[in-house]
Amino acid sequence: MRTPTKITLAALTLAVLAGCSSTGPEQPAAPTEDKKPATPSTGGATGAPVTQPQVGTKQMTPEEALLAQLKDPNSPLSKRIVYFDYDSYAIKDSYASIISAHAKFLIANPKFRMLIQGNTDERGSREYNLALGQKRAEAVKRALMLLGVNEAQIESVSLGEEKPRMTGADEASYAENRRSEILYSGEY
Amino acid sequence: MIKFFRLMTAVLGLVATAAHAQLTVEITGAGANRIPVAIANFAGEGLLPQALTGVVRADLERSGAFKMIDPGPAQVPENAAIDLNQWKDRGADALALASILPVPGGRYEVRMRLYDIARQNKPDGMIFVFAPATMRETGHRIADFIYEKMTGEKGVFSTRIAYVSKTAGRFELKVDDADGQNPRTALRSTEPIISPAWSPDGSRLAYVSFQAKKPIIYVHSLATGAQTVVANFKGSNSAPAWAPDGKRLAIVLTKDGSSQIYTINVDGSGLNRIVSSSAIDTEPQFSPDGQFIYFTSDRGGSPQIYRVAAGGGNPERVTFEGSYNVTPRLSPDGKSLAYVTRNGGRFQIASMDLASRQVQILTDSSRDESPSFAPNGRMIIYASEIGGRGVLSAVSADGRVRQKLSGQAGGDVREPAWGPFNQP
Repeated sequence: MRTPTKITLAALTLAVLAGCSSTGPEQPAAPTEDKKPATPSTGGATGAPVTQPQVGTKQMTPEEALLAQLKDPNSPLSKRIVYFDYDSYAIKDSYASIISAHAKFLIANPKFRMLIQGNTDERGSREYNLALGQKRAEAVKRALMLLGVNEAQIESVSLGEEKPRMTGADEASYAENRRSEILYSGEY
Repeated sequence: MIKFFRLMTAVLGLVATAAHAQLTVEITGAGANRIPVAIANFAGEGLLPQALTGVVRADLERSGAFKMIDPGPAQVPENAAIDLNQWKDRGADALALASILPVPGGRYEVRMRLYDIARQNKPDGMIFVFAPATMRETGHRIADFIYEKMTGEKGVFSTRIAYVSKTAGRFELKVDDADGQNPRTALRSTEPIISPAWSPDGSRLAYVSFQAKKPIIYVHSLATGAQTVVANFKGSNSAPAWAPDGKRLAIVLTKDGSSQIYTINVDGSGLNRIVSSSAIDTEPQFSPDGQFIYFTSDRGGSPQIYRVAAGGGNPERVTFEGSYNVTPRLSPDGKSLAYVTRNGGRFQIASMDLASRQVQILTDSSRDESPSFAPNGRMIIYASEIGGRGVLSAVSADGRVRQKLSGQAGGDVREPAWGPFNQP
């Protein structure tokens, strides 16, 4: 655990500007793959001493503030998934505003790097799906580059059908898995 | 023309009983002209921990090429005086007799004799010497001997099969004997492993592992367990396929954007781009003579199979029926092509005779993929799905014989690759 430090006025201002009131240590990005609730442990309960948890505070770095902005649910930057039709790697028009928001962010913050992971549903050849996932990641990368983003900021990779968000064998699950996911520096 | 074969559902159910059985093999359907063969209980079999005769019979029966004639309960020595007419009357075209004798060094000797009753050839004799630990292997060699004598083709009972199992988020690259027994684990990972491919000499496997959080191509020595990186370029590295000389691999890289086909030396040197397109090009596979590379591409608007000279050139389209034809796999004689086709929303294994371009759908389930030919070209193993679980199945190249290989409860098995004849 990191040592708590005194909050400075500058840090406070920054936190407010970033729309973030958290002063505890930053948690790593929640994994996107596992949507299942954790199973609570029931057996073998034993008593334990009750202690008052210490409230830690620390100064938020400018980078952390930007990352917080990327996770703000009110910002289009928190929208990180582009879904695709079956067997397609064409980006639908409805994603234009989300992609444009990410392009603006990358242009304004040239030190930030983005990883785009392309994915497919489980039907068909694993190797073909790996290639199809690459096309889906590449499609998002091209769209960002068309808006002026420097190619060096973006890496596109494919996970093929190997990392589904949903494991059901139905159209709803398949649709959820046909996607490109956007991750920023510090999130991968 | 697409032809379906209606299969009889004679389930023979050869359920393996060994304690460490990984896969059990079940046959549905049978060849049209099965050779009736009697295999008398081997004399002296009681010396062994397990009946050798059973291994031989199960192998031959599983091939779908033989029908077992009941030989009765007697153990018949290899040199017994026999009345062939009596066996002929029982319907046997062939009779195998054997004796097991202890030899110095804790080993055993099987002396066997094979009578070809139908063709009235002189009997063939063979002697196998083995240690108790290699008893099953010896049974497979005996079955290979009988198979070759009676069909004129090499048997595949002593070959191996590589595949990937997934149990509770853990991936294992496994190698089993062709009957699903004697499983060994070559690699364990919490990240996916796909596309295992045997080196032509059977000593190494190339595969794609996500263990470093992205697809990288490795070559793995089965004897030492040593894993070496073949290709780790920017982007994805996948779909390794050995050249027949075992020195080069065809691979797929995305270092310049979309998936493109290259060849590379096994040590990672000598990268050479084979085809160039802005489309998806993937799943390269050398023809057995090394002249061509077959591959999947969506350059024409839908995924189809193409081929190109192994040194590069203008690709030529091979499949035309349907809107999804992927995963080209050449038969060992180079005359036919197995692949995955989408047929009314179902994914099935198809085979094309390359001379006539005639296509036959070989399987009738809906999630079949990853076909791999046995080295004698008679059977094709593939990945399928039953009740949402990944299973391995096999179908004869003519579509008549089917086998289901079931894994242990709870796990998925996929990505089968049938190993070559040559064993190190």
